[in-house]
Amino acid sequence: MKQIVVLGGGTGGTLVANLLAKKLKSKEAQITLVSASNRHLYQPGWLYVPFGKQDPRTLSRPLASLLRKRVKLVIGKVCRLDTTTQEVELEDHTILAYDYLVLATGSQVAPEDIPGFSAGAHYFYTEEAAFKLHAALEEFRGGKIVIGVGGLPYKCPVAPLEFTFLLDEYLTDRKIRDKTELTYTFPLNRVFSIESVAEMAQPLLEERGVNIETFFNLEEVLPEEKIARSMEGTDLEYDLLIMVPPHRGAKFLQGHPIADEQGWVKTDRFTLQVKGYPNIWALGDTTDLPISKAGSTAHFEAPVIVERLAGRLRGIEEEVGEEKYEGHVMCFLETGYNKASMLNFDYTHPPKLHEPSRHVHYEKMVFNKAYWYLVPTGVL
Amino acid sequence: MQSITITREADARGSFCPGPLLELIRQIKMAQVGDVIAVISSDEGSKKDIPAWLAKAKQEFLGMEEVDGATRFICRKIK
Ligand SMILES: Cc1cc2nc3c(=O)[nH]c(=O)nc-3n(C[C@H](O)[C@H](O)[C@H](O)COP(=O)(O)OP(=O)(O)OC[C@H]3O[C@@H](n4cnc5c(N)ncnc54)[C@H](O)[C@@H]3O)c2cc1C
Repeated sequence: MKQIVVLGGGTGGTLVANLLAKKLKSKEAQITLVSASNRHLYQPGWLYVPFGKQDPRTLSRPLASLLRKRVKLVIGKVCRLDTTTQEVELEDHTILAYDYLVLATGSQVAPEDIPGFSAGAHYFYTEEAAFKLHAALEEFRGGKIVIGVGGLPYKCPVAPLEFTFLLDEYLTDRKIRDKTELTYTFPLNRVFSIESVAEMAQPLLEERGVNIETFFNLEEVLPEEKIARSMEGTDLEYDLLIMVPPHRGAKFLQGHPIADEQGWVKTDRFTLQVKGYPNIWALGDTTDLPISKAGSTAHFEAPVIVERLAGRLRGIEEEVGEEKYEGHVMCFLETGYNKASMLNFDYTHPPKLHEPSRHVHYEKMVFNKAYWYLVPTGVL
Repeated sequence: MQSITITREADARGSFCPGPLLELIRQIKMAQVGDVIAVISSDEGSKKDIPAWLAKAKQEFLGMEEVDGATRFICRKIK
């Protein structure tokens, strides 16, 4: 019987494992999911944790509870991948052999890549960091807050903008907005890379009295002086610095021949096959595709891999050739005060932006709760 | 342009978000001083955005060329 091994029990890996279990008969393949953690995390919820609007304990569930019975779950951290012998090794020295491999180990934050970051900056890109930021915000009584993108690449590209809008609302509610100078930074010459989003967001930021510092690529943080310094030569003083840290792929992928030095896997943009390896695919944050690292990306990629893998396993080449990922991404954009917008796009269709509305905000609220039943399970 | 050897290249066609310029900045950050970096973009806005950022960041813009209906932007990391 063929062995399919899926690495990573996040949005992409859990969904692929469940869809494979649905698609393939028991005698066709054994499906094993390997994950470093026995919990499945719903990361989009971390956006609300710093404001005390979401209890982090509600943002994870046991991974086993989300899997079809057919999927064999192995909890362990992968530390080595050998594509010649077709084996992966876990930290406890367990060796797992595969015929087909799916990589979905996501991204990890790398604050250590920016000098001074860990000592001087807060972020909301891990459960722990979001909780620490909550404590820092609760203690905050006024002063200068600088928020922005601190490194590339990073997941959920709109999150720093959303955070800024929600922060303005939070400070207003606490009646300390007038004692706070807010500055939003972005690496390019506008507030977001997509022009239509920038055109919608900039007036909103201005309306709410947020200073805008564009062309700001964080190079170092000077925690003693409380200065954030950019590659372009700008120094910003802060009392509270909130920066999205740079990200990297999983450690075992950093510098591996199938990936670049940061661990992003060289992936074909349409077939999602790892370049040069017909029996390995990658999805979600771990690919080197210059598209949004987002849960929705992984969600739309998963069926393509399942069809192609099943086709290859069954020797049906037509099926293998058919399914293509067209670059579909969908993102909510919270704009504060119970309103949100939404973005939908693919490789050939530029994003269409909805006017911020209450309706979209409540859709997002519902989605945050319904995620568990709809996404990792493959219902949606 | 013939004599230039590209050290690293990213194909960012169809990348609306985060977009070709953020991909170029990421590549520049990973590169060594002296490396020649290219990014292929199908976004018309890149023709304005990429040279503007390179000028602001004081990196050397070497030029652009058409490739299959898209544009390859080439630059050198000088600091
Ligand atoms: C604050 C925030 C807000 C966000 N908001 C949104 C949003 O609104 N919409 C959206 O679409 N996306 C959003 N995202 C992004 C989204 O959460 C990720 O893009 C998505 O989870 C990626 O899925 P993935 O399967 O690639 O990786 P992940 O879901 O991160 O899963 C990776 C898995 O791999 C496992 N793993 C890692 N290393 C190893 C190893 N060595 N061995 C074994 N297992 C390993 C991990 O334990 C984990 O289970 C947000 C993210 C953050 C941080």
